[in-house]
Amino acid sequence: MAGLATSLGSGAMTNTITELGDASTILAIGTNTTEAHPIAALQVKDAVRKGAKLIVANPKEIELCRFAAVFLQHKPGTDVPLLMGMMRVILEEGLEDKAFIADRCENFESFEKSLEAFDLDTVEKLTGVAQDKIIKAARIYATQTPSSIIYCMGITQHVHGTDNVLAVSNLALLTGNIGKPSTGVNPLRGQNNVQGACDIGCLPNVYPGYQQVTSPDARSKFESAWGVELSDKAGLTHTEIFDALLEGRIKSLYMVGENPVLSEANASHAIEAMEKADFMVVQDIFMTETAELADVVLPGAAFAEKDGTFTNTERRVQRVRKALDPVGEAKPDWWIACELAKRLSAKGFDFSGPSEIMDEMGSLMPTYKGISYSRLEKGSLQWPCPSEDHSGTPFLHAEKFGTETGKGKFMPLEYKKPGEDTDKEYPLLLTTDRSLFHFHSTMTRRVYGLNVLGKEELLNIHPEDAEKLGIADEQMVKVASRRGEVEVKAKVTKKCIVGTVSMGFHFAETPTNLLTCCELDPVAKTPGTKVCAVRIETI
Amino acid sequence: MTEKIELKINGLSVTADSGMTILDAALRKGIYIPHLCHHRQLEPIGACRLCLVEIQGEWKKTVISCKTLVKEGMVVLTETPEIQKIRQINVELIVADHDTDCLNCFQNTKCALQRVADHVGMDKKRLDRLKKPDKLLPIDDSNPFFTFNPNRCVLCGICVRTCDEIQNIQAIDFVHRGLGTKVAGFGDRPRLESNCESCGECIVRCPVGALTEKDAVRPTHQVKTICAFCGCGCGVVLGVRDNKLVSARGDLGNKASKGRLCVKGRFGYKFVNHPDRLTSPMVKKDGNFVEVGWDEALDLVADNFAKNKGDKFAGISSAKATNEDNYVFQKFTRAVMGTNNIDHCARL
Repeated sequence: MAGLATSLGSGAMTNTITELGDASTILAIGTNTTEAHPIAALQVKDAVRKGAKLIVANPKEIELCRFAAVFLQHKPGTDVPLLMGMMRVILEEGLEDKAFIADRCENFESFEKSLEAFDLDTVEKLTGVAQDKIIKAARIYATQTPSSIIYCMGITQHVHGTDNVLAVSNLALLTGNIGKPSTGVNPLRGQNNVQGACDIGCLPNVYPGYQQVTSPDARSKFESAWGVELSDKAGLTHTEIFDALLEGRIKSLYMVGENPVLSEANASHAIEAMEKADFMVVQDIFMTETAELADVVLPGAAFAEKDGTFTNTERRVQRVRKALDPVGEAKPDWWIACELAKRLSAKGFDFSGPSEIMDEMGSLMPTYKGISYSRLEKGSLQWPCPSEDHSGTPFLHAEKFGTETGKGKFMPLEYKKPGEDTDKEYPLLLTTDRSLFHFHSTMTRRVYGLNVLGKEELLNIHPEDAEKLGIADEQMVKVASRRGEVEVKAKVTKKCIVGTVSMGFHFAETPTNLLTCCELDPVAKTPGTKVCAVRIETI
Repeated sequence: MTEKIELKINGLSVTADSGMTILDAALRKGIYIPHLCHHRQLEPIGACRLCLVEIQGEWKKTVISCKTLVKEGMVVLTETPEIQKIRQINVELIVADHDTDCLNCFQNTKCALQRVADHVGMDKKRLDRLKKPDKLLPIDDSNPFFTFNPNRCVLCGICVRTCDEIQNIQAIDFVHRGLGTKVAGFGDRPRLESNCESCGECIVRCPVGALTEKDAVRPTHQVKTICAFCGCGCGVVLGVRDNKLVSARGDLGNKASKGRLCVKGRFGYKFVNHPDRLTSPMVKKDGNFVEVGWDEALDLVADNFAKNKGDKFAGISSAKATNEDNYVFQKFTRAVMGTNNIDHCARL
């Protein structure tokens, strides 16, 4: 997110999911699309059926590889050299879009200079991918246009995730594959409303609509709208909040619909932090492992029990409708927060319902200004939607970029080592992945059939590694990292590369995130859960 | 560019688009031609041979309308004595091999075979003679969400083509030959052992009662909303009965998903009805949670939050909640608690 905001001026998916179906090339990097975004994956497969070329870059052999023209199985944490290698090929062969670079971009020279370090010999050594594959992928991406890039947590959940994102945007800018239909840089967002939660300002550095809290203009706008004085200091991020709890700087925690005991990297650190809170409130639909630690638990209404809107990964604002009454005394989250505000004598929390909340949002967010419940009744709208007669924006950056200068900014990059190195004691790399049948943990673990289909956590390990360690298929093993250890059943598979193992994190019985690393990307503050050094022992 | 093509079907003037089949043109005009294996989202295969029509004039012949494209000036008859004869035998052969315990079938009244048989008619005597003694094939109920009953299958191949053309998974295909033909996973293994992803798109398209959802119940009303799992934002129509969610289907009008759903979207809603749902505010007293009323819980929370305003407070919001929930939550954190310590799990 932070990466794209720097280079393109907006952190969201530039294009629309269905446009993927009309692309001529799709580069899927760091996304196990068929498992994590099955319906977007259908568009990718449709495109291939219609003749498009698919390039898959992933440390693990995923389902999409069946459809791929090129499969780049690079070592975890080597996305930057892989992409820089492709860009070097494109420049050396003169396949770049010179007019686009000259007219629409800036900072090309310093980026070009940074490519010097990425000769293909070096790239092959770092990534473990053969040069001819990199050349083939580069040629396809640059010449069979329109080309779309899709990516996911495999790009962002690294200690240098921002660099990975910038490498992706460099590639799109270099070939002019942005600002047109079926092109673009498309981060597939994980949760149903993660895009919306960002848009409406559930972030420590921005108000709704990505207006900086440190900007005096933005602050005075929100101060006058809300009738209060606001803090001029950016707040703490998710992982920093847990550090601050541990250090006693934060005393009260109010958490809605999240289960960091399972989902947070280095989970034991998060648990210790929450235990230190003076007062903790958890609002959720189930008594989660995290709710158990709270002082007060408030029952929230589930998605089918309330009205509202979700914003999907392609910036599409869609109406969520109440299908049934909340169970028992459960209440919508907005209602609960309003009631608390009123008890603390605050003004401006007398909303009659979600429609009125949307109206207030629209009045403060230029991108949502033209969106209202009456319009959404007729169909969804993709932001930016700046006025009531604007029909929404299927793809961004058509005329100019959202940066200050209006130009797409090339960013020079260098290779940085993955957050954690292997050593004698922890010789293997663990990367986390996801299952089609589960979504994090709280909801899907409570659907019987989904647990028949995805019944337990598995450690995927290459036969060579398994043999070396004397591990048989389906044998229970102990996985230990510098932070913790878990027991899990091994699955011996050639889908992993030698030296890398993978696990999901959907099961409370196998809390994978006790192992993972919470070192943060210095810009986006995303933990590096995708790379962590481990040791595996038989039990 | 699609051109308009004029033709006559059963003496009626029909305007079709170039590239359209006779069957599509007729159905669009409201003229029913019996069919089982046709599905408008799939490539035609001409398996059931029920959609026969007669083309008159210089192109005179009997063709299957699902694979014959319209032509300017074409004259088509969908019902002739010869076609009726062929169709009737076809229908009788299919019904003779079909488990006709219709009242116990979930597709009853919605079944394409019932409609075909009703339209074409059957000779009861001949049907009785054709009917095999009751020997039912084993039912595949290995998948936790749906059942495949081969005795109710008409071998139209819509499920096979859906899995191939729409899902690109190819988990199922025809196995064996002749009378023994059926649809199954690789090597005639149960579906649970195939690479089926349980998306349920085949159940949606099954024209008869061969593929049905387990514990299926008809809703009393349906509500159009958005799936709550990943960021695709698929449109889902939830079915409600007795204040419980009982069904989900894809919303064809949704621009992100165009009616398609994955296993989580179609079956994952069931967590909403789970008995473990929190139903009351709870306060921890002496290490144990005690149910309390909203007023008591909210007063307690407000009193405690009041002690730690400013940067001693942090709010963590949810990417599962609505925009409106999240807007109010960040406003509460900023305007009431006086801090920008607000984040959610975007980075996870």
